[in-house]
Amino acid sequence: MSAGSTQPGHAFSRGDELPPLEIPITRTLIVAGAIASRDYQDVHHDAELAREKGAPDIFMNILTTNGLVGRYITDHFGPAAVLRKVAIRLGAPNHPGDTMVLTGTVEETDGETAVVRVVGANGIGRHVTGTVAVTLPRTVSGPQPPAYAAPSAPAPGGAA
Amino acid sequence: MNAAGRADSGGPAVDTAGGADSGRSSAETAAGAGSGGPSAETAGGVSYERLKAYEGRPAAVAGVGKDRVNEPMIRHWCEAMGDTNPAYAGPDAIAPPTMLQAWTMGGLSGHDGRSAAYDELFALLDGAGYTSVVATDCEQEYLRPLRPGDEITFDAVIESVSERKTTKLGTGHFVTTRMDVRADGELAGTHRFRILKYAPAARRATEARRAGEPKPGRPRPVINRDNAGFWEGVAQHRLLIQRCRACGTLRFPWLPGCNACGGQEWDAVEASGEGTVFSYVVMHHPPFPAFDPPYAVGLIELAEGVRIVSNVVGVPYDKVRIGMPVRLEFLRVDDEWELPVFRATFSATEDAAGSVAGGAV
Repeated sequence: MSAGSTQPGHAFSRGDELPPLEIPITRTLIVAGAIASRDYQDVHHDAELAREKGAPDIFMNILTTNGLVGRYITDHFGPAAVLRKVAIRLGAPNHPGDTMVLTGTVEETDGETAVVRVVGANGIGRHVTGTVAVTLPRTVSGPQPPAYAAPSAPAPGGAA
Repeated sequence: MNAAGRADSGGPAVDTAGGADSGRSSAETAAGAGSGGPSAETAGGVSYERLKAYEGRPAAVAGVGKDRVNEPMIRHWCEAMGDTNPAYAGPDAIAPPTMLQAWTMGGLSGHDGRSAAYDELFALLDGAGYTSVVATDCEQEYLRPLRPGDEITFDAVIESVSERKTTKLGTGHFVTTRMDVRADGELAGTHRFRILKYAPAARRATEARRAGEPKPGRPRPVINRDNAGFWEGVAQHRLLIQRCRACGTLRFPWLPGCNACGGQEWDAVEASGEGTVFSYVVMHHPPFPAFDPPYAVGLIELAEGVRIVSNVVGVPYDKVRIGMPVRLEFLRVDDEWELPVFRATFSATEDAAGSVAGGAV
């Protein structure tokens, strides 16, 4: 549906699609993410108690989802990319054994900051939908000059 | 992400049979935390006015992060997330911005800064049977990076308590809080968090899905001799409008006779594909099994003057506006069908960028 796909270290244009990122939802990921985010709600680590509360199994907490969405964006745009805003909404829960596929589309950009719409789909629906605003500094260390540089701009690495 | 997009917002049911959507399954959430309470039917017993009175009251006052921003917690986070970003390691490391909330968590020993108002509100909701809780939205804005050694302090306010809503999970109230997070006294980020406090509903759809039953397909068009010409056009990526041979009046949708003169003879003209949004609705609830709300259903006025119901694509569902110019395209919705939809042809840069901060609730 969109014009092209973005490459790491490149600038972005509207309609660019990020390569999908497939994340196996393991029990270990759910528990490690919950504990790393200091979320000790039992439904994120204790399957028996999760079932008592009506869930078929433990499920991923929202902080882990948030972290994975952030990682998806910075993995793609590189370490110089700066996250400005992350806004997510949860839908279908991430249970162990499932796989979540994150996809992203550059929805708007002014050349420096992009708004990327992100969807994470699992086997039962959309786990997460949201938007991320990310800024790519004008100097990007990478093999390619930023496409948004003005024609008169110096070669890559020439600016601070 | 805004209030209008809340998954449960009661919206009008619309006839989507002629529309098109991405056709993905509706999200089914299985369950939330909290002890199982009574069914939705028996929940209740607290007035909305009483709950709403908590809006604007503090949720946390002068909270202090239990640990300063530190390398071990950053490393554990990155290991869990599989995040190898070099910005989060080494002497100039910053914390992953998405850790913002983690620095404010109470952990096993509980929260220090939580307010009496927040505890009261939760006790009221628990008492009314809304004993389960699930996080639904998180909107964070990062103003400055957090670095090892920063001391985290935070204040939060109860921004809104929704009216009673019935969702796929069950019936309950959304509670939205907004937190300011400071590092060494300087505002470092904002964190808006929405949870649903609810009484669990039966999980019929989820169970059906887990039992391996396929997702229901899209509704099929009913094709008969009166509208077959329209669908033949669609198959050739042509949007055909009927024209009365007697008086020349255009008509859509296809009908056996002319509304203007009653004439039964007709031919067809191909639409240019240009149009504008004459009106629209956003479909939230109840979800139709083959569709994935929210999505916008537009009444499109074609350049030729007739109107057609279809989906508006290429623009967030909450950015569709009356008068918006759109252009016809054909969207493949499954193995069998491609349907005419209308793509917004304007640039909504300012609007869309503004929506990230989330004018939530």
